[in-house]
Amino acid sequence: MLTRGPLRDPAALPRLSLSLLALFLLWPGLSLSELDLGVLLQGDNTATMGQFVAAFWPPEHGREFLELLGRATLETLAIATAGMSLALLIALPASLLASRALSLSALHRGGRPAWWGALLRWPVRIFLIVLRSVPEIVWALLFVRAVGLGPSAGVLAIAITYAGMLGKVYAEIFESVDPRPARALLGSGSPRLVAFLYGILPNAAAEMLSYTVYRWECAIRASVVMGFVGAGGLGQQIDLSMRMFAGGEVASMLLTFLLLVLLADQLSRLLRGRLA
Amino acid sequence: MSNALLLLGLLAAVTASFAWLEIDFGALFGADSLRQMGDYASGFLSPDFSPAHLLAIGRGALETLAMSAIGTLLAALLGLLLALPASGRCGLPANAAARLLLNALRAIPELVWAALMVLAAGLGPNAGTLALALHTAGVLGRLFAEALENIPGEPAEAVRLAGGGRVAAFCYGTLPGVWPQLLAYTLYRWENNIRMASVLGFVGAGGLGQMLYLSLSLFQEAQAATVILAMLSLVLGVDALSGWGRHRWVWN
Amino acid sequence: MILKLSGVGLTHANGQVALSDIGLAIAPGERVAIIGPSGAGKTSLLRLLATAQRPSAGRIEILGADPWALSAAARQRLRARIGLIHQTPPLPPRQRVVTAVLAGKLGQWSLPRSLLNLVHPLDTAGAAAALARLDLSEKLFEHCDRLSGGQLQRVGIARVLYQEPELILADEPVSAMDPVLAGHTLGVLSEETARRDITLLASLHAVDLALAHFPRILGVRAGRLVFDLPAAALGQPELDALYANEKLQPTAVPAAAPQPSHIPRC
Repeated sequence: MLTRGPLRDPAALPRLSLSLLALFLLWPGLSLSELDLGVLLQGDNTATMGQFVAAFWPPEHGREFLELLGRATLETLAIATAGMSLALLIALPASLLASRALSLSALHRGGRPAWWGALLRWPVRIFLIVLRSVPEIVWALLFVRAVGLGPSAGVLAIAITYAGMLGKVYAEIFESVDPRPARALLGSGSPRLVAFLYGILPNAAAEMLSYTVYRWECAIRASVVMGFVGAGGLGQQIDLSMRMFAGGEVASMLLTFLLLVLLADQLSRLLRGRLA
Repeated sequence: MSNALLLLGLLAAVTASFAWLEIDFGALFGADSLRQMGDYASGFLSPDFSPAHLLAIGRGALETLAMSAIGTLLAALLGLLLALPASGRCGLPANAAARLLLNALRAIPELVWAALMVLAAGLGPNAGTLALALHTAGVLGRLFAEALENIPGEPAEAVRLAGGGRVAAFCYGTLPGVWPQLLAYTLYRWENNIRMASVLGFVGAGGLGQMLYLSLSLFQEAQAATVILAMLSLVLGVDALSGWGRHRWVWN
Repeated sequence: MILKLSGVGLTHANGQVALSDIGLAIAPGERVAIIGPSGAGKTSLLRLLATAQRPSAGRIEILGADPWALSAAARQRLRARIGLIHQTPPLPPRQRVVTAVLAGKLGQWSLPRSLLNLVHPLDTAGAAAALARLDLSEKLFEHCDRLSGGQLQRVGIARVLYQEPELILADEPVSAMDPVLAGHTLGVLSEETARRDITLLASLHAVDLALAHFPRILGVRAGRLVFDLPAAALGQPELDALYANEKLQPTAVPAAAPQPSHIPRC
């Protein structure tokens, strides 16, 4: 099929090798992931699942259960909010340390900090990478083991993971705004914190707030999921009801979760619209 | 004025949250509790690098990688299949139905899907792969549908006018315009799914998460530390690979 | 007759009348140019003949059939015999020239063959031959977004040459080329028409090109056929009447390719 001379398709070989590579990787991928759609259709599995799903209607709406549901929902919201505020406490100083925007040595080097400045910044950056690269639910599991079941584990897990994310993004925002006001202040001898407050923060505040609100929305989803390892909130209740095969309860809780996510989405859009 | 109110509201929300949770920070960060946490954390400082454990972790990591990759691949296929009606190519009723399905798939988190799939398909990586595929199909399907809606229709119309069939017109007129975007979305989701795949094991859906859950339940901190290190390197590795892929195929 | 229109009118959905009361008959093997001021309805007429739009009045017959009386499948088979050259060829920016040219025969190929051709071009020689006639063979494996407007137009023409239709409809096929290249390209189209004994209908804004390459000229103004004359019989008075009070030609701006946007993950 490959014609010779100038008519030879230069993309043929790369495409062929890429397809072969894909096939070569697909096989172990399929066997390792044990993918088998047929299992879903097997008799007893469908029967169990059918029973469970059939119990979804009507969703549980007893008074006592609704009270429990309301408490769990409020707990989820509280975990997300408290976690975010702790995350801010870590992220703000960390981002100031990690950002190049306030480098004194960069002043007379055309914006490039000296090597020892970079050396000081890297540990903070690596710290932030580690914080955000371990999934929040792993942190939650660790904290459940360390401080026991309940919402404090969820709050700490969100605080840690989101501190990593916020810190990195804040540092990037500081570096992306116009550096001249801060440089002028630093050059005239102001302390760094003053240079930050007067030179960088006014330009960066809107973007920071918008990103923080967006992350808060993500934290709500995360706090639901973290309940599955015992970190409190709606997720813990969903896990419990699922273990008891209470389809109706699972259905009402999933609906509540959907409502919560939708509300957070709207609120976050509203806040970001006002702040931006 | 209204900004001050907003700030006040935020402060009130934060205070109310801490009050509602009744977290006793005095006890949490008290000397006793800190010592206890320190003892627990010190168990993680000497990760277990014995060959047998590393071998098990290697297998778990490969399983996680396979789950995330196959799950994302399935999701991309299913998402594209649903994005076609959801972008209004097959009439209004199909459009509404596809959108509803995509929203439902997307709204339920991966971990809940995993718990459901463990019920439906039994323990193991199969359940995790299916859970990832279902949730991600919802996410990707919506993004794909948006991409398909925004692509100009003339190239496909030109193929139709030269007598080509619908499938040919889609493949020659529409797909070349959108596939860099589809690929970029898929790679982004893969980065996300490798994180999820490593924790779906907490509900019994295979991969590194199952190992971590097990070792933490048995108070084997040294083994757990190695698993966490493996997760970390897996996440960073996939981020790098996906970034390279995006650079190579999407922006060039 | 290969083309027969009687009393054809076209009204857009917004109520704007694009064409009214067009009567026309074109025999096999004819070469016909359509001239007229911009906005006169040349493109609408060609799109109507390409069955891209359904006339809102009158009867239309193409290659011996009324396309709108046919079933959808039969209409697709009819369309495969008509080649439409667009003024700005709608080619996906990331598609390679070879694929874009080979796409001409999609109406004649089976689906598996079409799909296979997408992965690996099945008739590189055919595409190269079509491009060579337009002096573009060195761009065979380029991406379409690396080409200039004139080069893209020639890719669009090569696609129709490769399609080998029985009727070629061309909408301003040489508008982005310099005069020498435009003359050469119209020559290639005329030669193809003569060699395969097919019919060519092209709209042009350059009257001298129309007179030099086409024996029969149609004048369109404000959606109506003003004259239908042999090129030799066309005089200055008719042209002056056709182009009276013409406004400046607007330049076509090709749509920008969408950029993949960053999606935050949660």
